[in-house]
Amino acid sequence: MDLSYGKEYDEYREEVRAFIKEHGHKSPDSSKQGNKPDAEDKAWQKLLIERGYAARIIPKEYGGYGGEADLLKSVIIDEEFDEAGVSKGLGGQGISMLVPTLLELGTDEQKEKWIKPTLEGEIFWAQGYSEPGAGSDLASLQTKAHVEDGKFVINGQKIWTSSAHFADMMFILVRTEPDAPKHKGISYLLLPMDTPGIEIRPLVTMTGEATFNEVFFEDVKVPTDQIVANRGEGWMVANATLKHERGMLGDPRQSSSLLHQVVELMKTEDVNGVKLMDSPIFRDRLLKLQGRVMAMQYNSMRLLSNDLSGNVELMPILVVKLIGTHLNQDICGLAIDALGELGVLYDDSKYLRNSGMWQTRYMFMLGLIIGGGTSHIQKNIISEHGLGMPREPKPQKTA
Amino acid sequence: MEFGYSEEQKMLDESIRRFVNSEVPLDRIRELVLEGTGYDEKIWSGLAELGVLGVLIPEEFGGAGMGFLDATIIQESLGYVVAPAPFLGTSIMAPTAILAAGSDDQKNKWLPEISSGNLKVGLGLTEVTGARENAGVSFSGGKANGKAMFVIDGECADGYILAAGKDTLVWVAAGAAGLTKTRLNTVDNTRGVVELVLDGVEAELIGTQGGEAAAVQKTVDAGRTALAADLLGTSQRMLERAVEYAKERKQFNRVIASFQGLKHTCADMAANLEPCRAMVWYAAHCQQEIADEATLLACQVKSHLSEVSTPIANDTTLVHGGMGFTDLMGLHFWFKRIGLSRQLLGSPEAVREEAAVLQGWVAA
Ligand SMILES: Cc1cc2nc3c(=O)[nH]c(=O)nc-3n(C[C@H](O)[C@H](O)[C@H](O)COP(=O)(O)OP(=O)(O)OC[C@H]3O[C@@H](n4cnc5c(N)ncnc54)[C@H](O)[C@@H]3O)c2cc1C
Repeated sequence: MDLSYGKEYDEYREEVRAFIKEHGHKSPDSSKQGNKPDAEDKAWQKLLIERGYAARIIPKEYGGYGGEADLLKSVIIDEEFDEAGVSKGLGGQGISMLVPTLLELGTDEQKEKWIKPTLEGEIFWAQGYSEPGAGSDLASLQTKAHVEDGKFVINGQKIWTSSAHFADMMFILVRTEPDAPKHKGISYLLLPMDTPGIEIRPLVTMTGEATFNEVFFEDVKVPTDQIVANRGEGWMVANATLKHERGMLGDPRQSSSLLHQVVELMKTEDVNGVKLMDSPIFRDRLLKLQGRVMAMQYNSMRLLSNDLSGNVELMPILVVKLIGTHLNQDICGLAIDALGELGVLYDDSKYLRNSGMWQTRYMFMLGLIIGGGTSHIQKNIISEHGLGMPREPKPQKTA
Repeated sequence: MEFGYSEEQKMLDESIRRFVNSEVPLDRIRELVLEGTGYDEKIWSGLAELGVLGVLIPEEFGGAGMGFLDATIIQESLGYVVAPAPFLGTSIMAPTAILAAGSDDQKNKWLPEISSGNLKVGLGLTEVTGARENAGVSFSGGKANGKAMFVIDGECADGYILAAGKDTLVWVAAGAAGLTKTRLNTVDNTRGVVELVLDGVEAELIGTQGGEAAAVQKTVDAGRTALAADLLGTSQRMLERAVEYAKERKQFNRVIASFQGLKHTCADMAANLEPCRAMVWYAAHCQQEIADEATLLACQVKSHLSEVSTPIANDTTLVHGGMGFTDLMGLHFWFKRIGLSRQLLGSPEAVREEAAVLQGWVAA
């Protein structure tokens, strides 16, 4: 075991700290995710890219910083920015999923056209995968596209499309080869959301906000060069993308930051004049959660070490989304129970604690337990891919 | 030996179920949560017509003279459809307090009005179970001062029963001079929880000053037991919806109910919930018949039902996939009602601690 990153990296860490000290005040509120980037967000992003704290290893020609891949530096950036509570720049499905996918599988032209404006926050993307009949069984998707006059013509419906109501573009999976086996008949297209024939209907979630949508396609025409990889290869492309999404969901850094907020809460709140932290029961619940968070933090250290050495271990990767999302919900659940009746206050109620984030987060985390491959699907993956167990047999066809 | 509903109780259960299923459809809930008062004239008068608002009130005071198990049968049904109805405060907790501590005059004044549906009562006992924000009410010289938070069914109430300390109960009329009512928005808009600030408000003592600790406890016990019944109904409906949906929804060319992983999720919910039914019955029975066990059972039934219901709220949502996370199926009204019931009159940890003290396992 050698846990030090080395002298060179200590210096790098100092550099990052100095940057944050000097510029940190310009950071947008790091909790204001999920909206279309505004001028403040874009200015911050621009600065981060210039200094190599965002889009670090994306080539300069595509609008990135053009640095060499250096995992430890990326980790140091994450650590220091999180520690300081400073925004790590723009997120969203375009930057986290589409950009890596294009870098891996896009044509030079596509990379040139889409990556830079995406990184700069000029183009915001929605992910058009799920359909009413195709959620967990995504490969059975039915939205169709056929080629007519040099264009794909799309007809069908997507659902649960986050941010579609304000996105500029969508990366979408459509069935282009109806006669091929289901995994082989899908293509991955890029399309502007203002293309004629697209209708967007917002869907209200359990938290009361309309963060995702139904999207309807009627003869929506997309130039044939806006396909990523070849016709029928969309499933392979999507899996490259999903790989990036799964790494994002259940990040132990988020658990750790939530946990810290509960620690603060329990140090300050009291009931019947007794500080919550002085209650052995709530304290023990907190400590148990801290143990779970620690396990996931060291799990990610192990993953980092594997990435550095090129070692591949499946299990520690497969558990992250399942354990992380439930852990995060449990942390919010403790905050609510510890607050008691104050914990159920909502909207703009008097006595609201932490702007009501515990209830919204608690529900939002349930959304993440469902989205991006439900917990059942994660368990199937763990048992089948991780433990080598056979798939559940297909039901017998009854004559 | 007969453990379960009597023939009359089965009939009551059936008629109340028939009523809520026809009179409290989801569309109506959607409208009512926008108002957020926890009250609907039509539902309330329907319950009055069924003669159940006075379920705990003796016939001499215009009530139905039924028992506590009958009351929880009704509360369970209201939970089953997440009905906005101030039954918990008005028909369960208020009569319990008045019958335990009130004078004959007070019984004659309030109980017939409650039975007929003319008088709705909010209950402010939170400061007995867990005071926050230095809340608490004091009473002297006919005036009440202080603050009562999380008054149950307070938004639509015509009068309030408040605990002043752990051993005194007072009545305050809605709209009394010096009384300020503030709605506290919770996740669950099927119930109207409020804060009352009292500045020299005229109040009427129920029973004797400093002599009603037992009545206060009895009222808290009644509230907790009824909340457990509400949780039972709410969770039962969620479980049913999970099973119904799983049998219809297809993925991978089969109904998702045929996946063992999903079956186990549903079986876990059912296995945990099933014994709760008998526990609620027994706890309800104790409230009336076994005084020695009434408080312990109230504590445990409330906290146990909360522990069982929370995963049911989450897993039922999960079983519905993205659909569960939307407003489309209205599942979240059940999810949120469970969220509020879990905290009202004490979160599970707080309530269990009382159970430990009660059993002499630890000093108060
Ligand atoms: C907050 C949120 C944001 C989202 N954002 C997007 C987005 O931007 N773009 C997009 O395309 N999609 C998005 N989704 C959709 C998401 O990917 C799907 O909801 C998810 O894949 C589940 O699909 P489904 O909703 O159809 O549920 P279903 O697949 O119908 O699942 C229903 C239930 O069946 C279970 N189940 C299904 N198959 C199996 C099996 N083989 N074994 C055991 N159990 C099984 C599931 O676990 C679940 O409990 C989002 C979802 C949420 C909740």
